[in-house]
Amino acid sequence: MSVITVERKVLQKNDEVAAQNRELFKQHGLLTLNLLSSPGSGKTTLLERTLEELQGRMKVAVVEGDVQTDRDARRIAQYGGPVVQIVTNGACHLEATLIRDAVLQLPLEEVEVLIIENVGNLVCPASYDLGEDMKVVLVSTTEGDDKPLKYPKMFRVADVCIITKTDLLPYVEFDLPTLRNNARQINPNLTFFETSAKTGEGVDEWAEWIVSLKRGTR
Amino acid sequence: MLLVTFPQGVDTFYDLRTMHEMSIAQSIIEIVTDTLKTHPDARVEKVVVDVGVLTAVVPESLEFCYQAITADTPLANSVIEIHTIPVRVKCRACNEESSLDSFIFVCPRCGSSELTELSGRELNIRHIEVEE
Repeated sequence: MSVITVERKVLQKNDEVAAQNRELFKQHGLLTLNLLSSPGSGKTTLLERTLEELQGRMKVAVVEGDVQTDRDARRIAQYGGPVVQIVTNGACHLEATLIRDAVLQLPLEEVEVLIIENVGNLVCPASYDLGEDMKVVLVSTTEGDDKPLKYPKMFRVADVCIITKTDLLPYVEFDLPTLRNNARQINPNLTFFETSAKTGEGVDEWAEWIVSLKRGTR
Repeated sequence: MLLVTFPQGVDTFYDLRTMHEMSIAQSIIEIVTDTLKTHPDARVEKVVVDVGVLTAVVPESLEFCYQAITADTPLANSVIEIHTIPVRVKCRACNEESSLDSFIFVCPRCGSSELTELSGRELNIRHIEVEE
């Protein structure tokens, strides 16, 4: 028996393409956000309200990731900006090569902000760098304030945490300070937003943050 | 509006692709196959990998996927050996290095949350054991 040393990262290929994506985004001065959550947390609905808020202020392009159907892309397309749908055919996450192929279809020179809506899944997408500037994790008030403790890896890699469906707070067992505390134990650097896509509450603050981030850091 | 679909060639494993360990197993096999190009007569017995506990990779699932996709290939009789790497941190407040046995990122010595991660995100192939 002999041993052949390998010493290679398993996701090296993905990481290399992610680095190329990052370089491409930088060349075009793009701010890129990767939206992550379990299915049904309200990623698409928040995205719709965000696009409304940013209309006329920021040129936003969207990459939609779904296991099946282009339903989400059709919803997003109504807001007039460029959108590409990735259908993963069963796969539980987006990979850097899929993002590369998708963004090559976008008029990047006309875009300022790129929002990627990942496949609804709070586990698998955490492992894959797509070349984004920030990972944004959503947790809805119907999911429970212990969600960060149950899915710590996703909350650990995220930069931003958006609590969605805050209009339902009177009806559910969800304590905002508990959620924040649980999430901060895993990741003290998280930036929080509280939003209701239904009433619009908090969406303006989140949209404002995107604008200032784009203007301030680029 | 445009459609981009997942790269084909993995359709046989359609049902298993709902776990990302399948695509990780595929990446492992690609790297092993690549390594074997310079060792054409080698027969792989074992692939040894490090998996950090922060990687969201379930060792049992990875093992299952590895066995599933190596069946009927030259790697069919090989096994994957997974070494789980714990989270180690260094506290920026008290300088203590420690292992965390939960995902609560608080220094066990002084309670500070100002921690620098030292390990836990590994997803590496260490080496392969072969018969030549």
